[in-house]
Amino acid sequence: MKLTGAEIILECLLREGVEVMYGYPGGAILPTYDAMTKYPQIRHVLVRHEQGAAHMADGYARATGKVGVAIATSGPGATNLVTGIATAMMDSSPIVCITGQVPTGAIGTDAFQETDVTGVTLPVTKHNYLVYDVEDLAYTIREAFHIARTGRPGPVLIDIPKDVQNAVTEFVYPEEEPVLPGYRPPQEATEEQIRAALELIERAERPVILAGHGVIMSGASREVLEYAEKTQTPIALTLLGKGGVPETHPLSLGMMGMHGTGHANLAIQHADLLLAFGMRFDDRVTGNLKTYAPHAKKIHIDIDPSEIHKNVRADVPIVGDLRAVLRQLNPHVKPQEHREWWAQIRDWMEDADERDIIHWDAGERLFAAHVIRDMWQATGGNAVIVTDVGQHQMWEAQYYPHERPHTLITSGGLGTMGFGLPAAIGASMGLKSSNVWAIVGDGGFQMTMTELGTAAQERVPIKICIINNGYLGMVRQWQEFFYEERYNATPMHNPDFVKLADAYGIPARRVTRRQDVIPTIEWAAGIDDGPVLIDFVVEKHDIVYPMVPAGADLHNMIRRPIEGK
Amino acid sequence: MQTKQTLVALVENKPGVLNRVASLFRRRNFNIDSLTVGRTESPERSRMTIVVDAGADQVAKHLYKLVNVIQVENVSTVPNVSRDLALIKVHVDADTRGQVIQLCDIFRAHIVDTSSRAMIVEVTGDEEKINSMVEMLRPLGILEMVRTGVVAMARGDDVLAPPDYEARRPASNGHRASVL
Repeated sequence: MKLTGAEIILECLLREGVEVMYGYPGGAILPTYDAMTKYPQIRHVLVRHEQGAAHMADGYARATGKVGVAIATSGPGATNLVTGIATAMMDSSPIVCITGQVPTGAIGTDAFQETDVTGVTLPVTKHNYLVYDVEDLAYTIREAFHIARTGRPGPVLIDIPKDVQNAVTEFVYPEEEPVLPGYRPPQEATEEQIRAALELIERAERPVILAGHGVIMSGASREVLEYAEKTQTPIALTLLGKGGVPETHPLSLGMMGMHGTGHANLAIQHADLLLAFGMRFDDRVTGNLKTYAPHAKKIHIDIDPSEIHKNVRADVPIVGDLRAVLRQLNPHVKPQEHREWWAQIRDWMEDADERDIIHWDAGERLFAAHVIRDMWQATGGNAVIVTDVGQHQMWEAQYYPHERPHTLITSGGLGTMGFGLPAAIGASMGLKSSNVWAIVGDGGFQMTMTELGTAAQERVPIKICIINNGYLGMVRQWQEFFYEERYNATPMHNPDFVKLADAYGIPARRVTRRQDVIPTIEWAAGIDDGPVLIDFVVEKHDIVYPMVPAGADLHNMIRRPIEGK
Repeated sequence: MQTKQTLVALVENKPGVLNRVASLFRRRNFNIDSLTVGRTESPERSRMTIVVDAGADQVAKHLYKLVNVIQVENVSTVPNVSRDLALIKVHVDADTRGQVIQLCDIFRAHIVDTSSRAMIVEVTGDEEKINSMVEMLRPLGILEMVRTGVVAMARGDDVLAPPDYEARRPASNGHRASVL
């Protein structure tokens, strides 16, 4: 079958099971856009800015576990994808980005809309390709999807010159799984490693599991719980690990790290054994490395060998897929109880509980934490939440316990403001669900709120909840603590978000009082034929507690003062 | 661990691979002492010899993350042959010409060019040998010098080669298949 390069791209996408792609047309990708008219099976979603396309593909991927696809033209189209690609890279999210490039003969001549896109994206992709020859196109796309979704997943970019899209060749789809000489399948644990791990486990009196994104990505929820229940080991979660194990489980300590729970952080600092399951000891999780978990031996299980010993030296490093390794380990693990350890942890929990704003009588004030807790109640804890980045993101992490994997989608590693709205669009479309809630701050929302147009046009039934405090709240919080309250460049003059939504034909309401929170959430939940927006006008000067200042010791948290004391 | 280590990396012979490796070193803040690239026994592969100041394990692990890197070996951990080549243009006059010839004799170096006021000396050996040759010539006046950087290979029967790799892809077009 003779096909053009453009048709080959779409044939290959079909065979990869792609049902939707997010993109924006332009000169160098037009042949592919024209070919789309012959492939109506693949839905194309026109975004308003290419950054939105990359985040939508990312949100789709994180919600479904499948590869998300974004498509853009050369030059500015491609460079606009970069923030989204870097976001996916940091959080190991499988996306494939297809970009048009100027014709091969024009490459290197500073042609109109030419950028060295493989050069620009080299440090922020798992791998990338510039396809010079239409003969190479089919297997390149096959390889790109394979690389994106296997091992430690990540973004892959394919740059395709316009003449390659137009060239005609015999289409032969490479059915077999690609064999890449330098690309290895994940390893398993050796017997020796299992034995060494068991030895540490049996000796431990104060163990803590650190459950990361890897729990979700490898589908190891059941195995982690099995291990934890058998050994009565408390589980602290990373931000991206939320949902990996049910957070209402009695063994869960909630989130660790800079804005983690006091008891999770104290448990880590007092532990004599850390079991790091699919996490990478990010600086937001460890605080000062010199004083991090000083008494603890570390068992580190990760799929990526380069994460081992990167920040924290492991006593027993195991490279492999977490689920496979735990399946090797669990049968040999003997039951444990750790009563003293739990008594200590319960003390810490009581102290945290006393300080918790959730028990405050807010009076006339509306606190973000209360909005999010009410949202949890009103949605039965079953919603898929997509957040932006900032204070609201941390409050979500603290006050919306997640029970199932893939139900919290958030930019953890890169901390990309503007991620929330487009990622929610991708997640909702991927899940075909109207129970996807975007919780965004007023700052981050305005970075990509142009995608309201996309949500309205495609009638994507997402619920957009703006936690609106009129500030870049997280930055303001740092200014309050560390820059003597000089609030430079953090107050925001915002538009009327309800009127803004109205301009797009999106139903919207504003909430300023606690008693209106749940009814308004219930109103929004009832709208399933398109997007809906709620503007929660919350306390301007609230702070996310606890907080470990950047680089400080993990146990040196700034705690919320107990009200009235 | 601040001792120099020599890594040998087999990589796919494709455009951009040198760029990927160089970008990795810059991005991860790895200090490299030297990096050489060249052809191998197979047209599909190139070979890099990378001398790093520290953290060879971490460098190797990150190299493996690059899809085009096939195999990495730390040859410092095994008996190995390592060679550097230098071309040194040294100032000479009637008095010192003889000294240079004598030094070349001792170091088994060659004089590959000579003119009235300069000679080019070619010397091959491990880094230390070349360093000492340079030190001996320095008092005479080194006008210009270039060193290739180290290339290395493990001694013995073991061969650094990809594990049972059979290319399943169509061969790339000849005009694209070379140069890193």
